Amino acid sequence: MKNVAHMGRRAGAFGAATALAVAGLVGCSSANDTAANSARSSSSVAPSGAADNASASPAAKGSASVAAAPATGGTFTISDPYPQFSAGSAWVNLLNSCGAGAGVKIKRTGYDTTALVSQTLLQAQQGTAPDVLILDNPVVSTLADAGVLADNGTTHIDTSAIEPNLLGAGKLDGKTYGIPIGANTLALYYNKKVLSAAGVDPSTIKDWASLNAALAKVKAAGKKGITFSGIGTEEGSFQFLPWFWGSGANLTDLASTQADAALQLWTGWIKNGYAPNAAIQDTQTTAWQEFATGDYAFAENGTWQLANADKAGFPYGIIPIPSQNGGVAPAPTGGEFVEVPVQKDVSRYATTEKIVACLTSADNAYNTDTTLSYIGATKAVQDKQAANSELSVWVQAVGAAKGRTSDNLGTNYPKISQQLWTAVQNALTGSKSPQAALKAAQSAASAATNGK
Amino acid sequence: MAHTYSATPRPSTLGGGTMPSSRPFVHRRRRRTARLRRQLVAWTFALPVVGYLLVLYAYPLYRNLDLSIRNYTVESFVKGHAPFAGLQNYRTDFHDPTFAPALVHTLLFTFVSITFQFAIGLSLAVFFTRRFRLSATLRALFLVPWLLPLIVSASTWSWMLNSDSGVVNFVLHSVGIARINWLTSPSWALVSVIIANIWIGIPFNLVVMYSGLQAIPAEVYEAASLDGANGRQRFWRITFPLLRPVTAITLLLGLVYTLKVFDIIWIMTRGGPASSSTTFATWSYRLSFGNLLPEFGPGAAVANVLIIMTLGFSLVYFHIQRKARGA
Repeated sequence: MKNVAHMGRRAGAFGAATALAVAGLVGCSSANDTAANSARSSSSVAPSGAADNASASPAAKGSASVAAAPATGGTFTISDPYPQFSAGSAWVNLLNSCGAGAGVKIKRTGYDTTALVSQTLLQAQQGTAPDVLILDNPVVSTLADAGVLADNGTTHIDTSAIEPNLLGAGKLDGKTYGIPIGANTLALYYNKKVLSAAGVDPSTIKDWASLNAALAKVKAAGKKGITFSGIGTEEGSFQFLPWFWGSGANLTDLASTQADAALQLWTGWIKNGYAPNAAIQDTQTTAWQEFATGDYAFAENGTWQLANADKAGFPYGIIPIPSQNGGVAPAPTGGEFVEVPVQKDVSRYATTEKIVACLTSADNAYNTDTTLSYIGATKAVQDKQAANSELSVWVQAVGAAKGRTSDNLGTNYPKISQQLWTAVQNALTGSKSPQAALKAAQSAASAATNGK
Repeated sequence: MAHTYSATPRPSTLGGGTMPSSRPFVHRRRRRTARLRRQLVAWTFALPVVGYLLVLYAYPLYRNLDLSIRNYTVESFVKGHAPFAGLQNYRTDFHDPTFAPALVHTLLFTFVSITFQFAIGLSLAVFFTRRFRLSATLRALFLVPWLLPLIVSASTWSWMLNSDSGVVNFVLHSVGIARINWLTSPSWALVSVIIANIWIGIPFNLVVMYSGLQAIPAEVYEAASLDGANGRQRFWRITFPLLRPVTAITLLLGLVYTLKVFDIIWIMTRGGPASSSTTFATWSYRLSFGNLLPEFGPGAAVANVLIIMTLGFSLVYFHIQRKARGA
């Protein structure tokens, strides 16, 4: 429970920081007045001296409550899962300029992906949710269902340009929540040296049979086959899904023969020594490190490794993940949605919408997606990226990709996913046959989701 | 000692007994206000501690209890209207297929770790009481596991135990022993995290037992050697009995620390593969924070079971201690 206390403390600190920032801003908000509202709020603090922070602080308690009521021309808070970007980075500069465009100041906080969800829940509980939230797509339906997020009908966010397969993760019960900022997905990286030494032409890999044949050739040439992440967390499900979906299986029936075929493919790789045994515990990062040693022919990994691939020191290529009988397998989409958490003061939405529109406008989205190594969520951005030959495979993969919570799974997805990765672990370790593992997973999943 | 102690307060009670009859009423009242003030001062001094205990112990404990008896979903967590569920969360946990294995793993992890930590720590402590050249340096080196951040030591262990590229399997292979899937085989994962935990726990046992050994007066050993006691007799007849109080507290602290070990297991195996190294601590975390969809209620219930186990062991300790003091 250490973590609860820890997060509570952070939430407290964050709340205090927000209150201070809001109060501080009221002191100088006369500079960017846009409405009568803010004029009223600034005049109430004006006697304490707008320029002097020290003299403004005694008024802080009183002014915070004044600032909370009228919205325009204040501080807008943004939480994102990109702690790697500090103040002064392109991402933070974009946030600030979008804020300036809407006439407000931005207070941005970056969190670790998993911490962001708990953090947002705590903030929503205390009524201090941020104005804009950049949220990992499989969690959108969960938070929307909890009433944390405002739907697009309320916020007037325009999603008409977004590719429908990417917008799917933001849909729940006929309403759409937020807008994707971009997407990433999985594909197969290959080491050109290893493949040419083994006499494998990557362009011949079109289905599972040709992939297995390639792996056998690589092994016969004394090299190693493929790295992937089969860890017992959401990451494991994420990596397994392209094969699961590529076999024609559906998340509503984990025990289907197609699902069995997909799991047999993975267990076969471990059994035949095509994949390292460590794949059972590998995260996508450690799986990449194994590929980066230069001994492996393939790695199932994501767009985000592109920068590392350039540093790996060997020539590499990328092919989409093949489905069982040929064609590109639907891989799950990664990447975030820009969300607007529910606010007590609904007048804030108008400004928030301006900020969101700015963040997802074609030019800005292109720049952001380049920074994050994402593929754009709109046709315009994707076409621009497809012109870059390195990204064209990824654009193709994202085009075939599918949201994990799509198929109207919504909040049931996490429960199903947990059973799926458990089945994968049981089969990979050999403690159960793929079929038995999937059967157990299906009965547990249908119990958890009340038979859905 | 007992005699002088009981004797001291007597004069004052005697004086107090005579005072009311000979002194006016005012004095009694003044005395009462003085006592009141003394009590007030005492309470004021206690206030920080009481406040500290309330804010950092009582409240979190109450919240955890409250979480465990309500049906929290993400929605009710945010809106704060979680319905009362009685012991439903506990029942869910007991009937979960993870429960029995997690209980067994928790007990195995704790007792095997402590046994080895203590035995190795004590042996090293005895070894270091004989002062030899470099003994101080060596002792300092043994403290390294304690000084390293857990994320560093646990990650290092998981690299060393990696099935394909780990140094341990490399060594085993080079002496002709077959490769072991330390972290990826359900039958070895628990063993691996126990080994790492023993390594991390040795310094604590070494330091405490070493300082316990220092407290044993040298005369006792001199007398023993005059009586012709050999090394083994000296250890079992003198060192070990005299170390009993230190041993008891070391074992209890070790027990409490080890029961709730989370970081090492989570970093090395995530409780896996397929929950083969899941203990109550990692299971509780997984339920509350490890999935996309948090299950705060069952997670808090597991944590409470863990707290009750710790409490049980502490009570056993106090019982033993009281018996030892009485004897």
